[in-house]
Amino acid sequence: MSKILLKIDGKDVEASEGMTILEAAQNVGIVIPTLCHHDKLEPYGACRFCTVEVESGGWTKLAASCLYPVEKNLVVRTRSEKVDRVRKMILQLLLSHAPDARELQDFAKEYGADKDRFEKEASFCIHCGLCVRYCAEVKKKDAVGFINRGAKREISFTPEMIEYCWNCKECFSLCPTEALQAAYGLTAALVSSSPSCERKSEE
Amino acid sequence: MDNDRIDQIIDKHQGEASSLIQVLLEIQSENRWLPKETLERVSEKLQVPLTRIQHIATFYKAFSLVPKGRHGIHICMGTACHVRGAQRVLDTAQDLTGIKPGETDLDLKFSLETVNCLGCCALGPVMEIDGKIHGKISPAETADALKKYE
Repeated sequence: MSKILLKIDGKDVEASEGMTILEAAQNVGIVIPTLCHHDKLEPYGACRFCTVEVESGGWTKLAASCLYPVEKNLVVRTRSEKVDRVRKMILQLLLSHAPDARELQDFAKEYGADKDRFEKEASFCIHCGLCVRYCAEVKKKDAVGFINRGAKREISFTPEMIEYCWNCKECFSLCPTEALQAAYGLTAALVSSSPSCERKSEE
Repeated sequence: MDNDRIDQIIDKHQGEASSLIQVLLEIQSENRWLPKETLERVSEKLQVPLTRIQHIATFYKAFSLVPKGRHGIHICMGTACHVRGAQRVLDTAQDLTGIKPGETDLDLKFSLETVNCLGCCALGPVMEIDGKIHGKISPAETADALKKYE
């Protein structure tokens, strides 16, 4: 595998071909914040929170580091005024959907994001797709998926699989908000034979 | 729609998972909607998870997961039609069919839908029923046109 030399935050970094900027940075201990990234899953590029400034051929541009493949002589800045501004805006937009998400609040403090910048539209889901992708790629069960599109897009559990989900729940810890638990609860409530209902009637 | 017909459509596309949308479109045009049992059959035959089919079927407006009427009414609400009185055409259609845009009446006769442009602004206001264009239509003509459909 051929080695590629690039610069991340002024540090010379060696990476192999096919790696993304995010992977190269993680290898040398440079932290790029992410929301929709998960080591076990394919890069998705949904949240754009891992945006970095990339300089190649005299031009700088903003790129999602979780998807951008490393190139020779690339100069990457993981924090700059421009990058911080983008991340702040992303946070503010996401916070209008999920104002109480712990992970977002922590980032908001770091980037000075105001959670009241935009009108609240509490859908709670930030469409990171972690649950959907985890179920499809790791568990290969496809019990949870997206429905609808655009502003109406949301996650939805399959009622037939709810019993399986009751025993698995591995996606629950992935969700940066609590939208997933809520979606599970809604579907489980619709399925009269679901374990959560039986448990209630036993009590 | 019975399973044999679904299998026929799927076989026509060599059972390829990449033909999913084509298969769904064909079922939709024959059956006018996609019942859950049908989607389950397609999922099984094409080896595509049901959640992914659901994602696609809810993504495109061409697919319907609820029964649709025998006749699809599309009323153009684009700018040109709007200034020429599309709202009155829509009101008449609503009164006659008793349904709002996006709905289907109980005897599955009509489904009413508004669209943002049918691409023939010179004919505005335009109403399309089952692909047939009724141009420069007045509310009275709307009523006449609708009465012809059974």
